[in-house]
Amino acid sequence: MRILVVDDFSTMRRIVKNLLKDLGFTNTVEADDGKTALPILEKGGIDFLITDWNMPGMTGIDLLKAVRSTPSLANLPVLMVTAEAKREQIIMAAQAGVNGYVIKPFTAATLKEKIEKIFERIDG
Amino acid sequence: MNTDLLSLARDLVAALEKCDEAAADEILDQVAGLRETQLFKEIGRLTRQLHDTMVSFSVDSKIAAMAEHDIPDAKERLHYVIAMTEQAADQTLTAVEELMPVSDELSGQVNQLSAQWNRFLDREMPFEEFKAMSADLSQYFEQSRVSLDKIQAGLNDILMAQGFQDITGQIIRRVIDLVQDLEGSMVNLIKISSRKITPSSGAALQPEVPGPVVPGVDDRAGDVATSQVDVDDLLSSLGF
Repeated sequence: MRILVVDDFSTMRRIVKNLLKDLGFTNTVEADDGKTALPILEKGGIDFLITDWNMPGMTGIDLLKAVRSTPSLANLPVLMVTAEAKREQIIMAAQAGVNGYVIKPFTAATLKEKIEKIFERIDG
Repeated sequence: MNTDLLSLARDLVAALEKCDEAAADEILDQVAGLRETQLFKEIGRLTRQLHDTMVSFSVDSKIAAMAEHDIPDAKERLHYVIAMTEQAADQTLTAVEELMPVSDELSGQVNQLSAQWNRFLDREMPFEEFKAMSADLSQYFEQSRVSLDKIQAGLNDILMAQGFQDITGQIIRRVIDLVQDLEGSMVNLIKISSRKITPSSGAALQPEVPGPVVPGVDDRAGDVATSQVDVDDLLSSLGF
């Protein structure tokens, strides 16, 4: 299981990476915005994408849309971890095909629960 | 002037309470007239002040000075706040990342040794194994002292990293003071230039992406999810 963590703040990437490690996911890759994330995704081998929304260059919602419109990535599970909490934004992300939505600040338990839920659905 | 306005206002309330629309209209006209006189008086006052350009310029120049010095200065300060908070987060994360394997190792050793110790208590341990365990225990005590020292040092680092809060708090407070100052000057400028502050047609400039919700500021309209439970409810209402 190879996970790509996309956030423009390195501290947030480290927090997510450490939480993932604690959950047993040690194989992680990092990118600091959609623009740098997309080539990594296109190269293949990423099984799960965790992305922030508000990033310079390319935002998380644009990355999500790009992922969904790329045939090889269309089914990639995507978890959004973001401070964006407007209802219309959550609806927009849902319509763009997000698999889970966690608002910052979040707890380790919340992240764990959402990741497990996504995998349950994929396995089931 | 204020007493005039006050008595007119009282009359207006009285007329409205009596449902006397004609009287109310007339009073409203009088209020408007009063306002116009007020306006002319104000223009007169401003004209008189024209010879003393310094007075009206002082507001301008204050804003100019703010735009030239204080605002870039505030931006620098806020950048410094970002840098300091990032550094503190980095320092804390480094300490945590270094301590996690230490604590994992200790925990693994304790599990192993306690299993052995229980075998000894249950008298299931041959003497040779007991000797080996004794050596292991001595080694464990030695090693755990080193590990605990590391943990202590890491906790100290985490503690010290929190020092940013005091400094960033002070810096942010100064920037708030500046914003308040600026607000005062802007209000004065608007007062001098047009007497009235007419709210602009649109709301404040909206950034493309709204960003983090600040409680009490961004959640007033009720269009934001204030907790993960809110998000989950919304998503499940959408069939998630």
